[in-house]
Amino acid sequence: MMELVFGDQYSKWQVDTCKVPAACGLSGIISRDGKVLGGNVIIESMRVIHDRGNGLGGGFAGYGIYPEHRDHYALHIMFEGAEGRSACEGMLESELEIEAAEEINTRSVPAIQEAPELRRYFAVPRREKLARESIEPDDFMVRLVMSINTTVPGTFVFSSGKNMGVFKAVGFAEDVGEFFRLEEYNGYTWIGHGRFPTNTPGWWGGAHPFNILDWSVVHNGEISSYGINKRYLEMFGYECTLLTDTEVMAYLFDLLVRKHRLPLEVACSVLAAPFWKDIDSEADPERKALEQALRMTYSSALVNGPFAVIVGYSRGMVGLNDRIKLRPLVAAYKDDYLYVSSEESAIRQICPRPDRVWAPKAGQPVIGELKGDV
Amino acid sequence: MAGSMVTSEFLVEVDHQRCRRCKRCILNCGFGVFDFQNMTTADSSKCVACHRCVVFCPEEAITITRNPLAFKEHPSWEVDRRKAIWKQAQSSGMILTGMGNDLPWLNVFDHLLIDACQVTNPSIDPLREPMELKTFLGRKPDRLEVSADNGGFRLQTEVGNNVELAVPIMFSGMSYGSVSLNVHKSLAIAAEKLGTVMNTGEGGLHPELTPYTDHIIVQCASGRFGVHSDYLNAGVAVEIKIGQGAKPGIGGHLPGEKIGREVSGTRMIPVGTDALSPAPHHDIYSIEDLRQLIYALKEATGYKPVSVKIATVHNVAAIASGIARAGADIIYLDGFRGGTGASPAVIRDHVGIPVEIAIAVVDKQLRSEGIRNLVSIIAAGGIRSSADVAKAIALGADAVGVGTAALIALGCRLCQKCYTGNCSWGIATQRPELTDRLDPDWGAERLVNLINAWSLELKEVLGALGVNAVESLRGNRERLRALGLDSTTMDILDVKPAGR
Ligand code: SF4
Ligand code: SF4
Repeated sequence: MMELVFGDQYSKWQVDTCKVPAACGLSGIISRDGKVLGGNVIIESMRVIHDRGNGLGGGFAGYGIYPEHRDHYALHIMFEGAEGRSACEGMLESELEIEAAEEINTRSVPAIQEAPELRRYFAVPRREKLARESIEPDDFMVRLVMSINTTVPGTFVFSSGKNMGVFKAVGFAEDVGEFFRLEEYNGYTWIGHGRFPTNTPGWWGGAHPFNILDWSVVHNGEISSYGINKRYLEMFGYECTLLTDTEVMAYLFDLLVRKHRLPLEVACSVLAAPFWKDIDSEADPERKALEQALRMTYSSALVNGPFAVIVGYSRGMVGLNDRIKLRPLVAAYKDDYLYVSSEESAIRQICPRPDRVWAPKAGQPVIGELKGDV
Repeated sequence: MAGSMVTSEFLVEVDHQRCRRCKRCILNCGFGVFDFQNMTTADSSKCVACHRCVVFCPEEAITITRNPLAFKEHPSWEVDRRKAIWKQAQSSGMILTGMGNDLPWLNVFDHLLIDACQVTNPSIDPLREPMELKTFLGRKPDRLEVSADNGGFRLQTEVGNNVELAVPIMFSGMSYGSVSLNVHKSLAIAAEKLGTVMNTGEGGLHPELTPYTDHIIVQCASGRFGVHSDYLNAGVAVEIKIGQGAKPGIGGHLPGEKIGREVSGTRMIPVGTDALSPAPHHDIYSIEDLRQLIYALKEATGYKPVSVKIATVHNVAAIASGIARAGADIIYLDGFRGGTGASPAVIRDHVGIPVEIAIAVVDKQLRSEGIRNLVSIIAAGGIRSSADVAKAIALGADAVGVGTAALIALGCRLCQKCYTGNCSWGIATQRPELTDRLDPDWGAERLVNLINAWSLELKEVLGALGVNAVESLRGNRERLRALGLDSTTMDILDVKPAGR
């Protein structure tokens, strides 16, 4: 069993069980033209589906929010206590070239209590470190984030991508958004999440989105195949430390798309694989061979059980349901905007007259990608 | 002095009021218990409790009871131990036995409980939703290369040969010679109907099985009986048998009486000679040698999957890792409860480890080395029910092999006298009047029924777990809990106690 270090209640909880069942509300928006929107838009959308959360976790991810630091990894870190902070900063100092370090601005909101210290760092790996091990910067960062999160007490890196950031806390989504002053950030993609855990460690890091590098995942569901997905990821060096299913989703995307270079759509068909009866009756032999090979090779990456996820990444956003659609997911288009949410109302709140609204089929990803560079 | 000091285990009684003197029992008993002198008589000392006479007596006139003869109790000198000593003091031989380990060792399967969904995630109804059991055995790539071209995707990685199973249950290797041809035919017909495979065992492939070779794995064991190029190429995969769960580390001995014309032809040895399988393969004294044989077989067969069957012994995890790295595509783990046609009781009952433990440590070892995708794991030796199948898969097996359960479906009563060649059910015998009793079509139907029943049960288990594909159970130890296991064993199994 992995070692966990984060606060007393957290490590105690870890002994008792392995993961937190949760149900939730989600919403996401992307401008495919790369037009930026204030974070207040996603807050408004989430406010409508307040009841899908229970105040035990809310959060957001915005892409395109740090254009002035676009080439630096933006690390958002929470600290519970000075000891962890100095240990963590020691590690950052020795591994990274830090361009800027600052507090994450917040405002006091009555509903948000007991905030840890929240800081962000814009940095890149030290060149000599990369050269010595001939390791890719992304892999270096994944390793560093995992190492901080598993070894430094009371410290948690909750966002590590470039030109993007995750903001999350214990509370209702709209309160969390206000707390983090989300209206002050402008992004071309926003995703949001309100959490309804049925058993909770009441820990800020446990809120969604869950992020690793470029990937941010908001998730409604419970992964019944968690045990084998986790063991599969461990073979590739991912340590699941958070006790949430969502972490598994983020790592699977990172593994399949970034490391194995599968096209995003193909990666989605690994997570929500087509049924054998459909593969066996596929008329196109090449397609059939591909689908069969995917199921054979990536059987342990099949995510089974009810889920709806919205995944943000620098080039776009994807909404995906499990293979028999056991959780709600609705999508809509308006001009160059793509919306995905648990409920149509959350979309109509910010886009009253979409061009098209539909319920994506089980296992069929809805992908919105930027048309050009941003 | 009495001929034998060993008293009868069972008492056979014929109710002469009921008996209509049809003599069916005389014909049916393979062990020569019955005789007729004015009336039907029974020699209890020969009875093995195989029940053939009881099942076939039209008058229900036969009763078999355990001999109630009282022995003075002694906790460490159980009656069977005393009997073994009497036998050996008389014969100076090893005690032979058949079928699997019959000592009451802890059965780990019976201390594992399966999870189910309640509220937070829905269970799935297998009668209404698809529930997938399809399984592929063999090497898988680490990753696939997929390119995107004009709107479609193209697979760039070649995936090697795999054996496709419609259900994750196959029939274990039992050689023609140790079992009858009709058993082999029953297994082959059933394997074809079920979309799974049977395994020839080490005795070669009888020509009458040729129509079913798409559902047959051919075995190459230390005696190399019946092994030739066409044989190796006949099946869907080749298995190198290093060991057998019921008798790890020892060879085999099929006595000359069982080597009639048909068996002789199939095994490619003279009629009436003893078929001796050496304990080791004499061309495999180390892991490099195994690698050479694996690749020789691959070359000979155009790279069909090669399976390596081993008995689960103490160091099984490291051995399995070596086998995977030696190029095997499938590792067949045969646990210490696996059956046999004949084994010294001392080996059958005291050597090896349970397959449950072996699956757990092998799966873990291969994962820790990042080579789990190189091989599929088959677990056998003690799989008794669909619950065992589900637990074996949850511990990390890709599929299971069943031998004893299949024979029980064909009528075997587990009398454990297979080594005598007198099996009254026509299973472990070559006596034509006995083998004729097993009709292959009838046998196949029973086997199909059994495996279909287990498949239905397995689907119910998956549905209760809220998953709709067997791969989501495979290695998913998170969905198992232990009840009544010590903490070290739970640690080895990587399974939490119930309640946690
Ligand atoms: S089979 Fe039954 S009825 Fe027939 S001879 Fe034997 S004991 Fe009598
Ligand atoms: S196969 Fe025949 S001899 Fe062997 S245990 Fe079964 S019934 Fe007895």
